[in-house]
Amino acid sequence: MNKTITYQIPIGPIHPALKEPVMFEFEIEGEKIKDVDVHLGQVHRGIEWAGMRRNSIQILYLAERICGICSYSHPAAFTLAVERIAGIEVPERAEYLRVIQAELERICSHILWAGVAAHEIGFDSVLFLTWQIREKALDLTEYLTGNRVTKAIMMIGGVRRDITEDMLPTIRKSLDFLKENFEKLRKVFLDDKTVQMRTKNCGILTKEDALKLCAVGPTTRASGVKKDARLDQPYFAYNELDFDYVTPDVLTGEVNGDVYDRIIVRLLEVKQSIDLIEQCLDRMPSGEILAEPKIQKLLIQLKKAEGEAIGIIEAPRGEDIHFVKLVGEEHPHSWKVRAPTYNNILPWIPMLKGEQIADIPIVAASTDPCMSCTNRVAIVKNGHRDILLAEDLHRLSVEKTRRLMK
Amino acid sequence: MDIGTVSITILTVIFGAIGVTLFGIIIGLLYKGIDRKIAAHMQGRVGPPIRQPFLDVIKLFVKENIVPDNAIPWVFHLAPIIGLIASITILLYLPIGGFPAVLDGIITSKGDLILLLYLLIIPSLALVTGGFSSGSPYAIVGAQREMATMIAYEFPLAIIIVTIAWRLSLMQNVSHVFTLSTITSIPLWNILGPLGFIGMILLLLTLIIVTPAELSKIPFDAPEAETEIAGGLLVEYSGRNLAMFYLTDAVKTVAMGSIIIALFFPYNLSPILSMNGYPAYIIDFLFYLLKLFLVILFSVTLIRVGVARLKIDQIVYTYWVPLTLLALIGLICIMWDQTIMTQFGIPSVVEILGLT
Repeated sequence: MNKTITYQIPIGPIHPALKEPVMFEFEIEGEKIKDVDVHLGQVHRGIEWAGMRRNSIQILYLAERICGICSYSHPAAFTLAVERIAGIEVPERAEYLRVIQAELERICSHILWAGVAAHEIGFDSVLFLTWQIREKALDLTEYLTGNRVTKAIMMIGGVRRDITEDMLPTIRKSLDFLKENFEKLRKVFLDDKTVQMRTKNCGILTKEDALKLCAVGPTTRASGVKKDARLDQPYFAYNELDFDYVTPDVLTGEVNGDVYDRIIVRLLEVKQSIDLIEQCLDRMPSGEILAEPKIQKLLIQLKKAEGEAIGIIEAPRGEDIHFVKLVGEEHPHSWKVRAPTYNNILPWIPMLKGEQIADIPIVAASTDPCMSCTNRVAIVKNGHRDILLAEDLHRLSVEKTRRLMK
Repeated sequence: MDIGTVSITILTVIFGAIGVTLFGIIIGLLYKGIDRKIAAHMQGRVGPPIRQPFLDVIKLFVKENIVPDNAIPWVFHLAPIIGLIASITILLYLPIGGFPAVLDGIITSKGDLILLLYLLIIPSLALVTGGFSSGSPYAIVGAQREMATMIAYEFPLAIIIVTIAWRLSLMQNVSHVFTLSTITSIPLWNILGPLGFIGMILLLLTLIIVTPAELSKIPFDAPEAETEIAGGLLVEYSGRNLAMFYLTDAVKTVAMGSIIIALFFPYNLSPILSMNGYPAYIIDFLFYLLKLFLVILFSVTLIRVGVARLKIDQIVYTYWVPLTLLALIGLICIMWDQTIMTQFGIPSVVEILGLT
């Protein structure tokens, strides 16, 4: 019998494997995935639209709500863009403090991801282990910013809270705890036989595909592409710190681009982040933490600013880009967010093709997708949804650019 | 047989069946609660209260019972009932807590164990039929996986049972080697030499690893895999039907535990303490509950918190290659044990340890 019958399985928009709404349509033959299609657009919330009706400082707090996990990266990218437009010089101490916050967010995000990944392969014990470790990281976040998730620490021209001398022992103690437990986590993830059985040679993204599809963040680094906004276009104080691209060959000597490699990259990045925070604590100069402490004065300065700029941040999931255009009004004329997950959607297709149904959750989770970040556009006309093809999108963007240039 | 004995027999069977059903459900749910609590503590959580499974079942029974539009209603409703009945029937054939099996000497035949092998398949088959009849792609994938798992673990399981029966058949004065009363009255540990002892340990290990697949527990829960196929076989079940599958699972856990106890640990405390009468029944029953708890702890709880879920091809491979080999090595050890013992005059392990 050579004739095989394929059948369709819909995964999503709501499915236990997916933490956020996204829709996959799979063409399955037996247990094998023949074809896959991704449908987006289930969680568009119109944040940019809301942002264009607020002033730049209000947008900081709105940008935090783009994504619960990257709640520092989004306002940071927005701030970078606005500071470039308005020519605001940030005090050096603030640049270091910003690095500390960014790396702390990376630790929280990667450990959370590790737990989710373990849950996807049915290893709930590890999920709870990672949650316990993450709890300490969140405690540290709360200690530094006053909040656990939406940190509200970013301010145009600096940060809102300083790290004083008497806070250092607590920070170092938390970092030591993280370092100790990192070793435990590394052992569970990289040496456990069942984790290896589920993640090795599964969901492979080749270096060529990663380059062709413009994957970003740990997803692309796991395929051996040396791409990291912190090193490529240094911002904050990253140019003064010692670190390097994290690729899986650092640990194993080879690059496979599979889920296992993505686990390696993220785990090593946790270690790197702890190291970066320590470097910052050691090298941080004393001084001001805000360029302009008076908000009203800052708002007036921003109101006068004109121009457009891009802010690029290496968020935990990859490169996060914010485009801002100010035209001398209270609210920005244009604000566009391109979250890292947007680039990591297309790599799903080569990763998933040829795999089994059982691999779907872990492969989908391995890029650490964040749908709320990604969904920037929804077109609903007269009650029915349309799918726009490449030509339509090109035409629309040309129209929009013309409109913006007026 | 006069009418008096017949009616007494019938009454024993009826009351015994009711008793065993209640026992299976209550102890099954209780152990489910304990299992969840222990697993929670091992994972650093507080966990649900031990009575949680009872509350779950009660709640499910009062919930709405939804039948999907493209399901086949009568099969969909029949499957959970068959599953529950079959798993209770298994218990009727097993000696529980020092008491002989309810059906012992009444409908038992020369092939109890073989019948048990088939009865163990029925709850899984009920799940498969229920899954196929519910008309959901997730359930169909789950049903296919359940069938593959069944085919996979049946082979090592059969080797274990055949080995034990074959070893018993070598002994003099033993007939009906497949009946459970024979197996429980002559524990193999007592007669085997060192090599056979190792063989028995290997067989026990295999049976412990077969148990999670029989009960659809991690790492062999691919048919239900929550994160992959959203509960698989059970995805369309709700209300009363789901409660019945839940009970099936609880009863089946007790049944699998009791099979392991009957095959490997049929010892009782009362002869050692030289007790008889009611205290003996009580102490044996409590000892049985302890044994059941330990068996479930090792074969379900510890395994499920310690590993990740396997893919279906990995499950089939695990059972057909490493576990079948393990069981076959056990079989060979027990096979050679007899020859070595007689040829070199090695005493049995029990004699070496001076426990006779």
